[in-house]
Amino acid sequence: MKFERYGIGLIKGMMVTIQHLLRHPTVSQYPEQRLNISRRTRGNELIWSREKCTGCATCAKTCPQGAIEIVTSTNLADNKYEVETYRVDTGYCIQCGLCVEACPYDALFMGYSFERAKYRRGDLVQSDDELLESPERPASGYYHPEIAEKLPEQTLLIDKIVEKRK
Amino acid sequence: MTTTEMMTLKTEPFMLNFGPVHPSTHGVYRMRATLDGEVILDIEPVVGYLHRGIEKLTEERTYSGIIPLTDRLDYISPMSNNLGYCLAVEKLAGIKVPERAEYLRVIIAELQRLANHCIAVGSFLNDTGAYYTPFMYAFREREKIIDLFDMVCGQRLTYSYMRIGGVSQDIPDEFLPALNKLVEQLSRWVDEYDFLLMQNEILLARTKGVGILPRETAINCGISGPVARGSGVNWDLRKADPYSVYDRFEFDIPQGENGDCYDRYRVRVEEMRQSLRIIKQAMNDVPAGPVRADVPHLIRPPKGEAYAHVEAPKGELGYYLVSDNSIAPYRCHIRPTSLINLTALREMVKGWKVADLIAIFGSIDITMGEVDR
Repeated sequence: MKFERYGIGLIKGMMVTIQHLLRHPTVSQYPEQRLNISRRTRGNELIWSREKCTGCATCAKTCPQGAIEIVTSTNLADNKYEVETYRVDTGYCIQCGLCVEACPYDALFMGYSFERAKYRRGDLVQSDDELLESPERPASGYYHPEIAEKLPEQTLLIDKIVEKRK
Repeated sequence: MTTTEMMTLKTEPFMLNFGPVHPSTHGVYRMRATLDGEVILDIEPVVGYLHRGIEKLTEERTYSGIIPLTDRLDYISPMSNNLGYCLAVEKLAGIKVPERAEYLRVIIAELQRLANHCIAVGSFLNDTGAYYTPFMYAFREREKIIDLFDMVCGQRLTYSYMRIGGVSQDIPDEFLPALNKLVEQLSRWVDEYDFLLMQNEILLARTKGVGILPRETAINCGISGPVARGSGVNWDLRKADPYSVYDRFEFDIPQGENGDCYDRYRVRVEEMRQSLRIIKQAMNDVPAGPVRADVPHLIRPPKGEAYAHVEAPKGELGYYLVSDNSIAPYRCHIRPTSLINLTALREMVKGWKVADLIAIFGSIDITMGEVDR
């Protein structure tokens, strides 16, 4: 091991480190400072629309994990399918978004919310009314550009750094 | 005891377990190293701690349902895995991908290469002793790229963005301006990075001439990617067998001369520059049009077989698919980059010290998800 250049490279490296020491921090203090997440976030809850769903079960067939269970019955008076149960085991869901893409009637959405942890495994199995859209469970713009337009713009790290340097 | 007496002392080989839980094995890799003092006589790799049976799982899933599985192979660069798999299915079923989707795929795959090399270079420097400073810088830059992936596909790690016959959805309007800014910032960063450590004496002492992989051995072992190029093998699938629209872009293949750790590290940094060059060319002429061919969700490719390979950030990644005209493949074999690059490790470390083993191992850049599948 030879030190041929008497540590000139070391000093050069330290110059970069000192420059970094003087710049603004890039991290945010999470629970207090919140950045906007992506408009297409595939959040950890699926959102289902009872009105639009026809019970065709395309989502259940497409799901690679088999996390969606759907029970339908035939309403003879109206001559159409009726959804009896729509159940999603969120514990199996891997948030791939294939069901949302497959739905031919736009009845499924990925969730925009996060911090939706549950205390029990059983609470992860959601069915019917628990899956509807509500203020705590907004729908994400994944595969639905009309929803994405209304959501706040995502905070990007590149913009954040440029802003602070000004 | 004098030095002469110490030299004549008889030593016994000593077996040392590295891993499976060790911070510098990058996952759950285990090496049984036989040491004589501090010199490595032999190592025996033990893999399989992260085996999930992905190849078998593919046989009971639909063709599009396999895409999320490919994310979990090389979880540092899922986009390249998606791309390789989708190319294989497209070859099998004879699907033509729209022009716009091809360009988006190239941009995304090159961004993925940048993100992967950020981790590869950062953790390699971490292993050689530049403790956490370059690692944190590299992760900050990766974060910017991940932000863009989050924007296009809504996920930060397991993207599942590529689809059979294109990509899942078109890029949002704010993507290209953000990409422009990112490319500008990243090229500045790569230069800064060079300045930070390329001439650092400690790094040079620890990596120059260490873990030499001769050109012939690299070819014989089937090594690909930056490891092979570091040994002077001119082999890049983007040039050798151009897939997608790579033949339309101008870029160079950086190569090393000696095949030591330093060359592999330098090749990665140079590749980042070349990736930026490709992105700059591609983003200026993204054509308008659809991003996805008209492909049903349950496709039934005709009977037959297909092999498609891509130049993933770590090397050649191949997917071999056999179809029996049903909705799931009859067999899907994956040619994992990391596992095959790892086979040369034994040749590289023999005769070096334990501390060099960490540096050599770090310079191969493996992901355990891909080694064990």
